[in-house]
Amino acid sequence: MPTALTRILLGLLLLLPLTASANEADAFVAANPAKQAKLLQDWAAAPVPERLPLLQALQQGRVAGDADKRAFIQRNDAWQAADGQAQPNGTPRKLRLNNRLRGLTATALASHQLLDKDAAVRLDAAQQLQRNTPPALLPLLESRLAAEEDERVQDALTLALANLQLAAEDPAVRLAAVERLGQTGDPLARTRLESLLTGEESDAAVRSAAEKSLAQVKNKLLVGELLGQAFSGLSLGSILLLAALGLAITFGLLGVINMAHGEMLMLGAYTTYMVQLMFQRLAPEYLALYPLLALPIAFLVTACIGMALERTVIRHLYGRPLETLLATWGISLILIQLVRVTFGAQNVEVANPYWLSGGVQVLPNLVLPYNRIVIIGFALFVVALTWLLLNKTRLGLNVRAVTQNRNMAACCGVPTGRVDMLAFGLGSGIAGLGGVALSQIGNVGPDLGQSYIIDSFLVVVLGGVGQLAGSVTAAFGLGVLNKFLEPQIGAVLGKILILALIILFIQKRPQGLFALKGRVID
Amino acid sequence: MRAAPIPEAMLDAAAGVAGLALDTGKTVGKGVNVRHGTILTLEAINVSFDGFKALTDLTLYIGVGELRCIIGPNGAGKTTMMDVITGKTRPDNGVAYFGEQFDLTAMSEVQIAQAGIGRKFQKPTVFEALSVFENLELAQKTNKSVWASLRATLTGEQKDCIDEVLTTIRLDASRHRPAGLLSHGQKQFLEIGMLLMQEPHLLLLDEPVAGMTDAETEFTAELFKSLARKHSLMVVEHDMGFVGSIADHVTVLHQGSVLAEGSLEQVQNDERVIEVYLGR
Amino acid sequence: MTMPLNQTLLARATAKLGPQVSLALGLLVLAILVAMPLLHLLPADHALHVSAYSLTLVGKILCYAIVALALDLVWGYAGMLSLGHGLFFALGGYAMGMYLMRQSAGDGLPAFMSFLAWTELPWYWYGTSNFLWALCLVVLAPGLLALVFGFFAFRSRIKGVYFSIMTQALTFAGMLLFFRNETGFGGNNGFTGFTRILGFDITAAGTRAALFIATVALLVGSLYLGFRLARSKFGRVLTALRDAENRLMFCGYDPRGYKLFIWVLSAVLCGLAGALYVPQVGIINPSEMAPTQSIEAAVWVALGGRGTLIGPLLGAGLVNGMKSWFTVAFPEYWLFALGALFIVVTLFLPRGVVGLLKKEKEQ
Repeated sequence: MPTALTRILLGLLLLLPLTASANEADAFVAANPAKQAKLLQDWAAAPVPERLPLLQALQQGRVAGDADKRAFIQRNDAWQAADGQAQPNGTPRKLRLNNRLRGLTATALASHQLLDKDAAVRLDAAQQLQRNTPPALLPLLESRLAAEEDERVQDALTLALANLQLAAEDPAVRLAAVERLGQTGDPLARTRLESLLTGEESDAAVRSAAEKSLAQVKNKLLVGELLGQAFSGLSLGSILLLAALGLAITFGLLGVINMAHGEMLMLGAYTTYMVQLMFQRLAPEYLALYPLLALPIAFLVTACIGMALERTVIRHLYGRPLETLLATWGISLILIQLVRVTFGAQNVEVANPYWLSGGVQVLPNLVLPYNRIVIIGFALFVVALTWLLLNKTRLGLNVRAVTQNRNMAACCGVPTGRVDMLAFGLGSGIAGLGGVALSQIGNVGPDLGQSYIIDSFLVVVLGGVGQLAGSVTAAFGLGVLNKFLEPQIGAVLGKILILALIILFIQKRPQGLFALKGRVID
Repeated sequence: MRAAPIPEAMLDAAAGVAGLALDTGKTVGKGVNVRHGTILTLEAINVSFDGFKALTDLTLYIGVGELRCIIGPNGAGKTTMMDVITGKTRPDNGVAYFGEQFDLTAMSEVQIAQAGIGRKFQKPTVFEALSVFENLELAQKTNKSVWASLRATLTGEQKDCIDEVLTTIRLDASRHRPAGLLSHGQKQFLEIGMLLMQEPHLLLLDEPVAGMTDAETEFTAELFKSLARKHSLMVVEHDMGFVGSIADHVTVLHQGSVLAEGSLEQVQNDERVIEVYLGR
Repeated sequence: MTMPLNQTLLARATAKLGPQVSLALGLLVLAILVAMPLLHLLPADHALHVSAYSLTLVGKILCYAIVALALDLVWGYAGMLSLGHGLFFALGGYAMGMYLMRQSAGDGLPAFMSFLAWTELPWYWYGTSNFLWALCLVVLAPGLLALVFGFFAFRSRIKGVYFSIMTQALTFAGMLLFFRNETGFGGNNGFTGFTRILGFDITAAGTRAALFIATVALLVGSLYLGFRLARSKFGRVLTALRDAENRLMFCGYDPRGYKLFIWVLSAVLCGLAGALYVPQVGIINPSEMAPTQSIEAAVWVALGGRGTLIGPLLGAGLVNGMKSWFTVAFPEYWLFALGALFIVVTLFLPRGVVGLLKKEKEQ
């Protein structure tokens, strides 16, 4: 093949830096899958920086071959020969890699990325190499580990290396690897050690070392797991709190359950969606700030709806709590269907702004997402605000007075009707704020609120009526308990168990955690 | 209204088993052992609600067949004391015995009611959706278990008994009216009638004449006096005229404990009682 | 906390409506209900033939009417609004469904278990191929659950809205449990594809007619039971319990026993209704336990008139009839109509349609 030869020679002369990869690219394109696998394995074991573009192109499926079996790489919708000059003979056909080859490509790419200047890229690469790495990479990993300066990359490389050494013939090497795994606190190390113990290892010393290491790893992981569960518990608790706080106020005040309370959450979330849309249309440059504006708007919208409901329906049902329950359920049906007709039954997309996405990595197996951290803080902030409102303002005084004795308050000139309306607005508004928070961590759909009414009522039952401190304790308590039970017995059984526990709890303290004792007047 | 004397026959029926420690066949509660002549014993009872002491070291005895009036300013602990006796409130400590054998602090409200303590609330509570007759029927002393109620039919004797009480409380004409349509005073009488049907050994009456006309009050006084010999009564009342017309023995409660005890005249002349009522 | 309801007894309601009229109406309805399955047996092209669709629809509504009656016993008479009766209904249905699944699976495992690669039946499926044992389960499953839940709930004096929400939480938990494949009740899809009952083809006209007759019989039986209960001293104690529980306790009645009895009885009635519902409709799945289903039953009772015996039947018929019509004519608007119904009934019809009729009569 004279033409091919000339081209290679030309390439050698003109594009020295690309030469190796151009050669290799052509060879790769011309090879059959078995040979391609061999090539990839060789490349992985001996990385050179020049090969990086080719591997990246391979991984992204941008490599093609023309009729002459020459390699072309797609760049910006144009075909460029691997050596930079040649024109394709006919339309190049993209290479199709099978699963095995794709895996090998990833490994090879990772081994090349270990040479990168950026520590974050090296960390990703090292983590990639912790899985399915061929033994041939052993010397490479050892040399990179020796040269590595970043601590976290070192850890990741240690793990990758130990993974490989576990397959070594020499029991002493395996023993060292097992001990090394014990030093890390990584979930992968646990999986690896567990699989080692369940079968492949025959050497007794290695086995016992593995058991010891496994225990160590588990210990280290346990801290992360427990902290993680506690954190998701607090996160769930903060959401329950936002959902239940308004309910606790209206239930304490009026003795009625507003079954449409969950829909206030839903409407709050949809308001957030609308505000987001508005920003996208009118002020895309300030899009990141949309949740901040959504808060007051959601509060106003839901508070107004709440007050309207109180004036038109609930007011006429005072003293008939069960009827109120049914009527408000009817309202909730109408609201859900209204949203479904307006926005469609599908979930709408509410995106986190940049400052709410991502998270902080505390431990190898513990990432705290920013949005959840912010929501926990936000829930506490809302509680503080509510406390101030109830304890330091005239309205709060009136609300507390009516909660304790409606008739007496009315006799003292408290406008109970207005207080009811405002308190209902306040309760619904808080739910609206909760809806904004919910939109940042979950799906926003018409049924969003349905699942919260039972949970928030359980919080109210547990916390005691009209008690802020009770609601806070109960919400976080239930949230944390829920999240600790979940991994043990599953989410569904956990929920059932919690329900049973609450029923048993009420046997002991019918008035809830923080109830005032007193003479019951009959 | 005509203040008719109560027919003796009716009283016998209503009093029924009020004779000491009697037990008539199908009654639920066991007879009350009152060997030492005391039907109710309260000793050193303490009740506190979140730090507020409603009752402090309250000690009180009610004798068999006695009609005792309890008076005291608001917040003296009168209703709390009734709550303790009927099992609604558990005392923090102290001894509460009904007769010699019933430890009230260890019994439920239902058990206490079945043992023979009847209570009339401050605010009259009757079963509003049921007729006057049915109200009395439900109160009647009989087996009150679920199974018995499923199969219960009124015997002629029981019907007569209800009729008699209806006559006594003068609601004969409204026997088929729903109790919810009665006047306040009529409800008071209906509730007293229901107490009679229960044939209790001890009756606790919380302000029984509130909302009654003078004639009704007078009639109630006579009714209570005639009940007294066979039942024991404890009456909480603010109406001093009424107290004077019925009581032979008065107890004054103040800040959760007994301030004075004796005849109405005695307590009315007691220095401390005057101080409490008139302020210092 | 409850409004005084004076019409506690059917006897009273009918006394005011005019006993002859209502008796005649009742007999007429009964006659139509008995005639329907017989007309279904006529050949399809006969002018008087009742289609399988209509028969199933009416049969379904009759089952719902039994649920409404059962709910009315605890709500209208004893004042406890249960929002979890769908759970008992579904439990009865599932118990019957287990038998039907075994019938159609023959000696093998029900199809959904084969999908899960299970090799043997879970222990609670033991004996479900026996019709009599399945019938026992129909009674026992809802009955025992109601007994345990009621025991604890009434012991701690949970009442009013607390009780309502607890029952709602209960049915919600039940739904989540039955949604899981591992629970062994077919998960999401529940049970369907029944073929035979007691050896008869389940879709045959004769079987349909027989099931329908059984439903009518159960309804009449429940009605009679309710009538007897309402007229007994037990019924009066329940009414007293609803209006003044404290007074009743100081009269020496233990409310727990009374509540528990009526609660369990009501649950069992629901279970039986569910057991008749499943073979007629041909499917049972966890959505029957959805809180929405149970709360809808409350509006049947409220619309018809609670504290009466015909009210709930009337309400169940009206709402479900409306639902069938709406979901065909304006499917989008059914939830609006239902929601509005909840509001209108509670605001303007506190005594339901029966109360309205009675008022007309009185004027």
